[in-house]
Amino acid sequence: MYVAVKGGEAAILATHDLVAEARRGDENVPELGVAQIREQMGLACGRVMNEGSLYDPDLAALALKQAQGDAIEAAFLMRAYRTTLPRFGSSEPLDTAKMSIRRRVSATYKDLPGGQVLGPTYDYTHRLFDFTLMDQAAPAESPARPATQPLDASMPRVPDILGAEGLMEEEAPPAGDPRPFDLTREPVTFPADRDVRLQAMARGDEGFMLGLGYSVQRGYGNSHPFVGEVRVGEVAVEYVPEELGFAVDLGDVTLTECQMVNQFAGSKEVPPQFTRGYGLSFGHSERKAMSMSLVDRALKAREFGEAATYPAQQDEFVLYHSDNVEAAGFVEHLKLPHYVDFQGELELIRRIRKEREQRLADQQSEALPEAAE
Amino acid sequence: MTVHQSISDETRPAYNYAYLDEQTKRMIRRALLKAVAIPGYQVPFGSREMPLARGWGTGGIQVTAAIIGPDDTLKVIDQGADDTTNAVSIRRFFERTADARTTEATDEATIIQTRHRIPEAPLKAGQIMVYQVPQPEPLRKLEPHEAETRKMHAWAEYGLMQVKLYENIARFGEVTTTYDYPVMVNGRYVMAPSPIPKFDNPKMQMSPALQLFGAGREKRIYAVPPHTSVRSLDFDDHPFRIQSWEQPCALCGAADSYLDEVVIDDQGGRMFVCSDSHHCETRRAEGHRGAMLADASALHLVEDEAKP
Amino acid sequence: MTPNDTLIGAGFADPVFQSQGAFRALLAALSEPGLACDLGDAVVPPAGLEPATAVALLTLADYETPIWLPAALRDGPAGAWLRFHCGAALVDDPAKAAFAVIDGAATEPKLAAFNAGDDQFPDRSTTVLVQCAGLDGGEAVTLEGPGIAGQRSIAPTGLRPAFWAEVEDNAAVYPLGVDVLLVHGAQVLGLPRSTQIVEIR
Repeated sequence: MYVAVKGGEAAILATHDLVAEARRGDENVPELGVAQIREQMGLACGRVMNEGSLYDPDLAALALKQAQGDAIEAAFLMRAYRTTLPRFGSSEPLDTAKMSIRRRVSATYKDLPGGQVLGPTYDYTHRLFDFTLMDQAAPAESPARPATQPLDASMPRVPDILGAEGLMEEEAPPAGDPRPFDLTREPVTFPADRDVRLQAMARGDEGFMLGLGYSVQRGYGNSHPFVGEVRVGEVAVEYVPEELGFAVDLGDVTLTECQMVNQFAGSKEVPPQFTRGYGLSFGHSERKAMSMSLVDRALKAREFGEAATYPAQQDEFVLYHSDNVEAAGFVEHLKLPHYVDFQGELELIRRIRKEREQRLADQQSEALPEAAE
Repeated sequence: MTVHQSISDETRPAYNYAYLDEQTKRMIRRALLKAVAIPGYQVPFGSREMPLARGWGTGGIQVTAAIIGPDDTLKVIDQGADDTTNAVSIRRFFERTADARTTEATDEATIIQTRHRIPEAPLKAGQIMVYQVPQPEPLRKLEPHEAETRKMHAWAEYGLMQVKLYENIARFGEVTTTYDYPVMVNGRYVMAPSPIPKFDNPKMQMSPALQLFGAGREKRIYAVPPHTSVRSLDFDDHPFRIQSWEQPCALCGAADSYLDEVVIDDQGGRMFVCSDSHHCETRRAEGHRGAMLADASALHLVEDEAKP
Repeated sequence: MTPNDTLIGAGFADPVFQSQGAFRALLAALSEPGLACDLGDAVVPPAGLEPATAVALLTLADYETPIWLPAALRDGPAGAWLRFHCGAALVDDPAKAAFAVIDGAATEPKLAAFNAGDDQFPDRSTTVLVQCAGLDGGEAVTLEGPGIAGQRSIAPTGLRPAFWAEVEDNAAVYPLGVDVLLVHGAQVLGLPRSTQIVEIR
């Protein structure tokens, strides 16, 4: 029967209650604390900070709690909050060469100043369940083995080592060193410059970036990368207030940086040089930073005069489709009512079919007398 | 409950009036003024992250937030109805963030935010229609690259669109686009009217109301000023035509309104009723009665205002 | 210069609602060309700016929108007032301005000196506020175009002799062109690039 949808507001409010109930789950199980999520789900918090474009581990943990662990919903919460925050200014550029290292690996050299630092990684865990974690009160953890020697004070970045030899594409700011574009405040136009591309990828969906980066490796893009370096650690954020005129330290952020070294044939003007793919992300998020650095290099196709044949090389494709909050909104909007437009389609298809039947009937009645002749 | 305050009391955080900060409103307002100066042209704007999902009306919401003030009366519709869930949600957003005075009556509204319909009652001078737009680029289905479609608009190269429409005619005997049917605005720009059914296209032509379009995800704003030519693309031998139904509205008897189809049983039973819920209610209150009004009323599915 | 000359007068007392009201008047002015719209008396303008000019710029300009002013205004209280309240940069090159204020009776600069946008982004054009002696009482000019039901007649005064020819030239490059707001007192009258001049008597 005709369903009048009066009472929509009451129904909407009821969904809020129901989602709160679903979020809480069985009340006999203790409620999860935001601090627990921040401390024990750090990688999830990192992803939410990246895709929410806001470095705040507490808010990321709150977003995950409120979103029942849905990373995209949590990123959405972060962004909707971020957009309302006042801006005091921009920090000084971060110096990742001065990172206080937790992990640093290079695939291009067996050993290098500062050495290979494995740090906390799942790389060699064999992915065997640790069933002791099932217990509420796990036995006292064996403390991490202390390093036999302290890390070197100097940990030069691998591309800088190559750069000193003139073998690495130089990272130079554009002429005049303009203020970087802010894609959360200004509309993007194409072709997009590298600052815009890197920003978009830094907040892009990890899974989408991973898939695109993978496609580059499989031949959908001209890439022959080596991991020059992946480094994870803390970097100081400095800010120069107008009234002081000198930099003050605002605290540290945890970052993951990946620099890929790629082949490049050079040209008449430029001697052969390695080219760079760059990835940077909040928290410990190697998969994201590595994927980003693959796609960053692929997107330089235009600058290097390469054909931009594949999706990962096309800035419009990558930038428009990597934003998971936008993508999720548009995909999921299909569940909103569309019955007005659908009615238009029904009216058309019924009429076309009816007219077609009429036409066939007419043809048949015309054809019959001819057959009789 | 309202959550905004214009002057912060410095003790607790609060959202600005109509959610957006003033700098954002200025940016949107500048885009709106350029949009009315170049009817049908899509102005890029710095669309903000909104607390509602992309694709759920964030463009329309940003436009409404940038124009609304204490003197306004807001009507929000989705599919022509005031009581669809997303319309309720957006109306509630403005009640909370802007103390908005709201109405369901088309002729009382100064701002009408809509998804997918233009009301049946004629719009008046002084009214502003705000359309929620999912895909502002009418050429996007023909050419996915923004860099290319921007050139096509710059040079008014719309041949591809004509070809596509004509291919339709060759195959089906008519243009098979039933909604978001492209229009030519002020003889210069081809424009997406948003996914309104083509039934509503003629209402845009020389409308006395100002029509504003917001695409949040795609970050475009465009406009049609009052009394502006809005012509649906067609051909001399295949003139534009709109949808029609074989029966009038089952509730109010209207024979000239856009109808929704309601499946009433699993035996193929159908009922056709006005998509514009306020229009239908107004007509019933005036004593118009459709064939199934008594049945629907007996089941308390609608109120039959004519009955004592 | 006396100390009083350097004092900067107040802006909006209630920025949220006063700018909203003024914006709606500006929106009406550009969507219904030729219709005089009242921007109110929310601010006391600095010397050289009409009240409606001051309100319009306070409503629309900020650090993202460079403003062009005649040298006398730029170097005087008006320039200081706009820098302070809008945070706007004042530019020398008319072609770099998002907003411009000109004296309608002065012979320079011409409308064509300002930015008309480009064919892919015609919106990136200057909005020119033309301060004039009055919005009625002058020769009758008949307008046609979007926003006008049929035709509309206006009669502003205090405009340079070649002004209407410049407006015609501006409309001829549509969809490029500047958008003009004639300003006098608290009122503005819009002449967007889409408006055609039909007749001048």
